[in-house]
Amino acid sequence: MAVIPVSRKPLTFAERTYIPQILGGLRITFARMIKPAETMEYPEQRPEIPKNYRGVPTLVKDPNGREKCVSCQLCEFVCPPKAIRITPGEIAPDSPTAHVEKAPQAFDIDMLRCIYCGLCQEVCPEEAIFLQNQYSMTGLTRAEMVNHKDRLYELGGTLPDQHHKWDKKKAAEEHGSAAH
Amino acid sequence: MIAPPKPELVTVNIDGREIAVPKGTNVIEAARLVGVDVPHYCYHPKLTVVGNCRMCLIEMGMPAVDPATKTPIIDPATGKQKINWIPRPQIGCGTNASPGLHIRTTSPLVKDCREGVMEFLLINHPLDCPICDQAGECKLQEQATGYGRGYSRFVEQKNVKPKRTLLGPRVMLDDERCVLCSRCIRFSKEIAHDDVLGFIDRGSHSTLTCYPGKKLENNYSLNTVDICPVGALTSTDFRFKMRVWFLKQTNSIDAESSVGANTVVWSREGAIYRITPRRNDDVNDTWMADTGRVLYKQVRADNRLAAVKVGGNDSGLDIAVNTAAELFKAGGVVVVGSGRSSVEEQFLTKKLAAALKASTHLVSRVGEGDKLLVSADRNPNVRGALVTGLIAALPAAGDVAAPSASAIRIGGLAALAADIDSGKVKTVVSIGEDLAEAGLTAAQLAKVAIVYLGTHANATSAAARVVFPTLTIFEKSGTFVNQQFRIQKFLKAVPGPTGLPDDLVVLAKLASAAGSSVPSEINALWKLIAAEIPALGTMTFANLPETGLLLDATPWSGLPFVEGETLHYKPAKAAQLVVGS
Ligand code: SF4
Ligand code: SF4
Ligand code: SF4
Ligand code: FES
Repeated sequence: MAVIPVSRKPLTFAERTYIPQILGGLRITFARMIKPAETMEYPEQRPEIPKNYRGVPTLVKDPNGREKCVSCQLCEFVCPPKAIRITPGEIAPDSPTAHVEKAPQAFDIDMLRCIYCGLCQEVCPEEAIFLQNQYSMTGLTRAEMVNHKDRLYELGGTLPDQHHKWDKKKAAEEHGSAAH
Repeated sequence: MIAPPKPELVTVNIDGREIAVPKGTNVIEAARLVGVDVPHYCYHPKLTVVGNCRMCLIEMGMPAVDPATKTPIIDPATGKQKINWIPRPQIGCGTNASPGLHIRTTSPLVKDCREGVMEFLLINHPLDCPICDQAGECKLQEQATGYGRGYSRFVEQKNVKPKRTLLGPRVMLDDERCVLCSRCIRFSKEIAHDDVLGFIDRGSHSTLTCYPGKKLENNYSLNTVDICPVGALTSTDFRFKMRVWFLKQTNSIDAESSVGANTVVWSREGAIYRITPRRNDDVNDTWMADTGRVLYKQVRADNRLAAVKVGGNDSGLDIAVNTAAELFKAGGVVVVGSGRSSVEEQFLTKKLAAALKASTHLVSRVGEGDKLLVSADRNPNVRGALVTGLIAALPAAGDVAAPSASAIRIGGLAALAADIDSGKVKTVVSIGEDLAEAGLTAAQLAKVAIVYLGTHANATSAAARVVFPTLTIFEKSGTFVNQQFRIQKFLKAVPGPTGLPDDLVVLAKLASAAGSSVPSEINALWKLIAAEIPALGTMTFANLPETGLLLDATPWSGLPFVEGETLHYKPAKAAQLVVGS
């Protein structure tokens, strides 16, 4: 490889005093002090999460407090890294939601596996699982990083949707077209 | 044997492809042969045809002939014989192959018909797929993918029907999902001969129900769940346990009797969830008994043996084998083989007995046959013991008096009991048989040293000097010879308890401790079996067909087998005499 000698330009007198450079730097510092701040004091301050952000997957309840998941296991099937584990179960016949028949006994999402792809939310036929704005998951052990059913509902809260598919079904079962 | 008459072949044309099929073949089956799927709900190959779902509509035509002269009419455009197409669609399941029959399954009319039938079927169908056990193996879902419209034009309120009716102890009915195909009704009447199901009410209010005062509780009730094309009938045992798309299917054999019904074991991650029948037209058609479907529960039973034991304490495999070897050296050994062991295990048992110069016994299990798929001989593999030469004569039936007709009499060890009493026997090696259950008294068990190989804890394992825990049929591969002398294989569906060696390994170690070295890997073992046993000379484990291989039964035709008539099995004359006497 050819060697190209580069000659260094000698410094001017002003440069050798450093003064213009220091003043230039101070100008930026003082200008910043009066401009509005662009950074944030994380974690005391938290950014506003845009709509449709894909954070930690959570389970939601309907406005009447019924757990929406019916443990169909479609999310478990679609989840690419196999983060979801569900043990399906039957709803007790004396429960007010007995007509829904099925609900998860256990529902675990391993957040060390989850890749936040949102496929579980997309596949869910009951609109029961949502990736909401919780974005920071920490833990000291592997076990802590698995969200169990209780935690998933705590994170998820209530979805104010107005379908009431199963309530309608129950109403039909009670008064519907049974007369013949 | 007289060869069955060759069926008369006729040529039919399906979607432009010609195929020769036996005359009278159902069009749905004929189409299957050329790889054309005719969607259907009510048609089932082993039940009568009723033609009530209308899903199988097709277009049908016959070659045109001049009515006066009976000469073929040639279409001038193609130069071939003209086809007279029937202007209206016909049901495929109600049409039998006749010479020159032409079928169209891809025409716009047929597509319209299928879409129309699907729309009607879905009008009142609930949106239950997320909670429906059939999802994933549902014919309605499948056809809706091909012929559904994706939205409903039906704005009226859907019908409401009972959703959780118990038809019997094992079968749950959801009437809203029922498509009124009547397969379950026909099965109960024609196959189970227990006519308990029927439809009541009319039109879209039609409802499946049991006749007043009756229940669907015969031992074949779960077959209705298998053949229900939708999720209307579900099994109370499998209900809501697991989605079918997670389950791995392994071919197996029903070990509850010598019928050897072919089965599929459905498992996920080492846990078995259900057992269903596998079609074998020479053995069980598409059916199996309910009792055979719960056998998987023994795999996770509480009293499962998990550790090798010597003198009642946990020990290691080699120590146990050495202890057994010492007992062998003292002589006076008797081997109790089992009709529940596989052919391979019986072969190794025979090798072990031969090396020890020990006499062999077999435990008999005789119950009442149900004339369908549970035979009188409740050992699945007594024929295997004959073929391998483990025994030469059938074990005597147990003399333990039967308290009820359904009870199983276990016995065949009377000679062994006498030998123990007279002090001739020092050690008994039991391959999976509970000697106490088979009629030996506690005093007799205490008098000898017992080497026990078994799956579950029982009186014999408690009394045994050495215990080797073994695997259930779901945890190992092997073969059984059923009552027809058909050798059939079962494959390992789930892994055995942690650390347990395969049963063949334990037997091979014992045999080598007795001085006879044999391979323990199943394919290697089969080389030896094929070389030593003429009846199995042409076989290897790998090339055994899925539906089994019929062996030549003539060497044993004179033996008084206990089985009566069952589906696809008629006992030979000699046996009938004994059963009747
Ligand atoms: S977001 Fe993706 S990776 Fe995470 S649980 Fe859902 S499907 Fe699985
Ligand atoms: S897809 Fe929805 S309803 Fe089904 S198991 Fe997952 S969260 Fe529950
Ligand atoms: S029967 Fe089939 S279509 Fe109907 S709810 Fe069940 S899975 Fe869905
Ligand atoms: S399958 Fe032909 S009418 Fe049902």
